[in-house]
Amino acid sequence: MTSAFIPVLLPLLGGILLLMIRWTSFRTQRIVSFLLTLLLVGVTICTLKVAIEGTTQVYSLGNWAAPFGIVLVLDRFSAVIILLTSLLAIASLWYAISTKLDLKGEHFHVLFQFQLFGLNGAFLTGDLFNLFVFFEILLLASYGLLLHGGGKLRTKAGLQFVVINLVGSTLFLFAIGVLYGITGTLNIADMSMKIAQLPAESQGVVAAGGLLLLVVFGIKAAMFPLYLWLPQAYTNTSAPIAALFAIMTKIGIYSIIRVHGTLFGESAGELSFYYMPWVLGLGLITLVMGAFGVAASRRLREQVSYLVLASIAILLVGIGINSQEALSATIYYMLHSTIIAGAFFLLSDMISKSRGSLEDRFSPGVSMHSKALLGSTFMVAAIAMTGMPPFSGFIGKLLILSAGLESSWFWWILAIVLASSLIMIISLARSGSLLFYNVQKVELSKSTKLNKIAYMPIVFLLFLMLLLVVFAGVIVDFTDSIAFYMYDQSGYIEAVLNISMEAKNDQ
Amino acid sequence: MELIVALVIGALTISGVFLVLRARTFPVVLGIMLLAYAVNTFLFAMGRLTVGMPTIIDPAQGGYADPLPQALVLTAIVISFGMSAFLIVLALRSYSDMGNDHVDGEQSSQDEEALKAPQTDTNQEVNK
Repeated sequence: MTSAFIPVLLPLLGGILLLMIRWTSFRTQRIVSFLLTLLLVGVTICTLKVAIEGTTQVYSLGNWAAPFGIVLVLDRFSAVIILLTSLLAIASLWYAISTKLDLKGEHFHVLFQFQLFGLNGAFLTGDLFNLFVFFEILLLASYGLLLHGGGKLRTKAGLQFVVINLVGSTLFLFAIGVLYGITGTLNIADMSMKIAQLPAESQGVVAAGGLLLLVVFGIKAAMFPLYLWLPQAYTNTSAPIAALFAIMTKIGIYSIIRVHGTLFGESAGELSFYYMPWVLGLGLITLVMGAFGVAASRRLREQVSYLVLASIAILLVGIGINSQEALSATIYYMLHSTIIAGAFFLLSDMISKSRGSLEDRFSPGVSMHSKALLGSTFMVAAIAMTGMPPFSGFIGKLLILSAGLESSWFWWILAIVLASSLIMIISLARSGSLLFYNVQKVELSKSTKLNKIAYMPIVFLLFLMLLLVVFAGVIVDFTDSIAFYMYDQSGYIEAVLNISMEAKNDQ
Repeated sequence: MELIVALVIGALTISGVFLVLRARTFPVVLGIMLLAYAVNTFLFAMGRLTVGMPTIIDPAQGGYADPLPQALVLTAIVISFGMSAFLIVLALRSYSDMGNDHVDGEQSSQDEEALKAPQTDTNQEVNK
């Protein structure tokens, strides 16, 4: 009996339950939705515990043996990412409820649960086509959430987001078709074994299919030149949704590590790691673009969107360095950047609300309520985001750079990462002083008063970030074990395919 | 038969990509749908093209038609159908929010000039 299916099933059943209790008061729906998400946090903590203690957990759907049926695989990597998802979800839901965002549309909580269903499913699945299906589920829910609340800009950004993701889905199907046509399987572990024994004449086709998959995950992760949807979408949607979407771009990164790392790992012969130069090169270009975007932003939310883009770029660079240490550092940075991006989106919305009609535009304006509190939170978040000591961004970047020492691209990596960090520090210092120092003293209206309950999730996320700093040693040991496991591959493949052996013996 | 299927997929993809790159929402919607048709045919063909073969292995027959791509295509059709419906509704919403059907929600100056003349005419007619 494995517990791999519970984090997938819980939000699905939760979403259905919320649909059925729509006739009750909004208060009940809120409580149910919040409790469900809280329960999900508990469940994911338990699954992480299981994953740390034991070996890889595999759940075969309908008890069909592994290469023929669909499997859900719970290993350390997926366990830690679904825990991250649920922690981010609880903060985002907390903020949405306390700012009454969920009252703007009937189906907010239902969509929220289905979004979690899609995310957890995509993180846990061990089947390529199933990954496509979960991508579609999470995208459909995200379309609804992105448009939640309405408004001109949101519709415009939403339309572009939907179109580019539909094109991405089509490419995903093409890639799956190519890989299935050659290997004759859809199970990631099984396909990895088939690719290892590939005859020379079909390697070119499989390589093309793999790069097509990289384009698809690149669209999800906002990799250059496919990132143009991200700033628009993240700037114009509501803040808690943008905070939740911080994990949506990570799903592209996760899929590159999981799918490409397994399919084209060390055993793949000529094709092993052939995609890495693409990831590294495009990651570096994305980083430059992200840093320029941060410097050129006219609104705080836009700036945070570009900061998210820059953090994605660093993750791509970390993957592209292609070593165990770099992957371990990348996973650490992934935890950090997701948490801090979520906190920053929520914080920028608080600042925007406190400034009345000026919102979050970078123009000298009025003073605000509790500006010392908001200002110091902004400073902590900015320091963590740009990767300055003493917070986790610094540890993450340092680990990635020190792992990059062995790379032949080292000077490029060093120059671009450090220069882009400098640009980001200067830009954030400028925005901070514009927002908090350059202000006139005027009578403050009561409506812009700080919403203390809505401030709590930001503190919660920053507290998690502090935990990443305090327990950095333990966490890095843990990510080291994940990186070893991802590079070793045999553990994953055996765990997935052994199940099929057992099932056969039972019959 | 392989050649015909390949040509059909190619033609659908080319038209789809061309239409997706247009600046109006309606051609984009059509382009997405054509791409979906192309990919469905492609997925189907990836199980190898066979004629008159059973989907369940039968020793009496020489081979079988791979049933898995057929199942995949079925799933893909359902998903693309749902997505197209959503996209059409969103395009209509965007049209009513923005007042035009440009994907960026704005009209280029050329378009505006071209549209101005007939629009003023209809306005005058309404005024009359």
